[in-house]
Amino acid sequence: MAVMNKPPVTGAGRFNGVLTWVDQRFPLVRMWQEQLSEYYAPKNFNFWYYFGSLALLALVIQIASGIFLTMNYKPDAATAFASVEYIMRDVPGGWLIRYIHSTGASMFFICVYLHMARGLMYGSYRKPRELIWIFGVMIYLALMAEAFFGYLLPWGQMSYWGAQVIINLFGTIPFIGEALAVWIRGDYNVSDATLNRFFALHVIALPLVLLGLVAAHLTALHEVGSNNPDGVEIFDNIDPVSGHPVDGIPMHPYYTVKDIVGVAVFLLVFSAIIFFGPEMGGYFLEANNFIPADPLKTPAHIAPVWYFTPFYAMLRAVPPMFNSQFPGVAVMGAATLILFILPWLDRGKVKSIRYRGPRYKAWFAVFVFSFLVLGYLGVEPTTVWGEFGKGLPVVGGDYVALWVARVLTLAYFLFFLLMPWYTANDKEKPEPKRLTW
Amino acid sequence: MTAIVRDNVDEKRRRLLLIATSAAAGVAGAGVAVPFLASWLPSARALAAGAPVEANISKVELGQQITIEWRGKPVWILMRTPEMLAILPNHDAALVDPLSKDSQQPTYVKNPGRSIKPEVFIAVGICTHLGCSPTLKKEIGAASDMGADWPGGYFCPCHNSRFDLAARVFKGSPAPTNLVIPPHRYVTDAVVVVGEDPKGA
Repeated sequence: MAVMNKPPVTGAGRFNGVLTWVDQRFPLVRMWQEQLSEYYAPKNFNFWYYFGSLALLALVIQIASGIFLTMNYKPDAATAFASVEYIMRDVPGGWLIRYIHSTGASMFFICVYLHMARGLMYGSYRKPRELIWIFGVMIYLALMAEAFFGYLLPWGQMSYWGAQVIINLFGTIPFIGEALAVWIRGDYNVSDATLNRFFALHVIALPLVLLGLVAAHLTALHEVGSNNPDGVEIFDNIDPVSGHPVDGIPMHPYYTVKDIVGVAVFLLVFSAIIFFGPEMGGYFLEANNFIPADPLKTPAHIAPVWYFTPFYAMLRAVPPMFNSQFPGVAVMGAATLILFILPWLDRGKVKSIRYRGPRYKAWFAVFVFSFLVLGYLGVEPTTVWGEFGKGLPVVGGDYVALWVARVLTLAYFLFFLLMPWYTANDKEKPEPKRLTW
Repeated sequence: MTAIVRDNVDEKRRRLLLIATSAAAGVAGAGVAVPFLASWLPSARALAAGAPVEANISKVELGQQITIEWRGKPVWILMRTPEMLAILPNHDAALVDPLSKDSQQPTYVKNPGRSIKPEVFIAVGICTHLGCSPTLKKEIGAASDMGADWPGGYFCPCHNSRFDLAARVFKGSPAPTNLVIPPHRYVTDAVVVVGEDPKGA
């Protein structure tokens, strides 16, 4: 038996015996070494490198608080709204669990957006990390679906009409749209059947998909090794004596300790929101959602939760064409799907923004600006900045915000579509041989 | 340790068997997926709730509109007066889709008045923009609060879409198409069934 030849576990004091017994039957030591104590990561991780581990923490918080919410929540159109109020008022500590879950959703997206911004800045999507990026984009899409399904469950006015609008987006697909929308709802309008299936998707289907994707994301990461703010491969420079990268340090204890600092700060912010402003002025929990769903009365202003608003602004910016809203829906879908091909659009010789040329930096600034302003415009009604050109012959007066959104949507896409050209012959700086700080 | 026997392996046959097995398993998998996907279709109960509804229109007076519920949506039945009908063809130039080419209706009402009987107008009262329910503004011209050139019609308070008395959308409205006409048929002159096509249609 080969396993019995393994050396006994040392360094665990009185647990050496137990761990040796386990290790001979399960690859405990090997997993610990491969994933933590001998996973060499670049030594120059900065602030931006907190958000991967924090996103993982947010996932754990969502799963734990979600399990406890299902114990009192009722996925039934007649009782769902009341069961959420029951959790908030009558279940001991229920308000806290519910606010942890609703705040956790937004915090999860904050971490994911910052984590993705990090990947963009330092070129973490570039060869050989294309698959890590692709798994990451899939996590992002699954997370959006998860958030959308979850938002219907409180069965408030925003839940109901938000779901109505999003499902109607599928209804705009030519030829099959109408039938597809009925199939998704299981009824002719959003109803009990819709709520019940969204509950199933939210509490079991999507969480399983998310966990699987996170495992794939981390497996791929640990196969090729982490990128870093310099975008230089540390495995190109191995210390001949130790056999480890000269510029690498083990994940544990160095980065586990660093991440704990991040966790502490994150939990401080998280708690402050839960205890002092769980609705975050209507951005985390919308006021209209404290009114029970009413299929006969549309709220005057429908806006999605903040993490969807850049794409919602794009949807509204595209005018109906050929008597169909589908072009807007297609643009919105393309805005997320285009992330998948990003690794093959970038022709730059350096990875990190530190050594990029002025053209890339300018386009990157345009992209970040577009995304943020679109996010703002998606929260507000189109009338927010008033009208312009009233009485002009050709234009005939239109909303300022609508045209700004159109220009920014175009800018968002040009960042990606022109990337093969502006990265190919940019004035890049030489990369260093060793890591810097 | 026994060495793996390398001789007599027919790689071609092995690949063929692999493909055949995978294909059979794929077909079986697709077959098993059918009932699961079908379970998302409206259930028998939802279908029953969405069943056709009958309305007696013998007591509806000229110029009067009643609203019935079909599949959880309001359905209007409007008795159009001769003046209303006379005014309908006069404003085609102001309409997005006067002949209802791009709008949703059964083929048997694809006429300018969008009805089986000219006077009885039936439509789903849900705006094609974002799903609000427009209100009837049946007074014509200055008598209405819609301006002197208003030919009578429907007005959506949510985003200001305007429709005429055949629910055809006016240019400049956010709604992309005319309102939807549901399938309907007459059992007798007095009884109309909404949600069912006429026999033979």
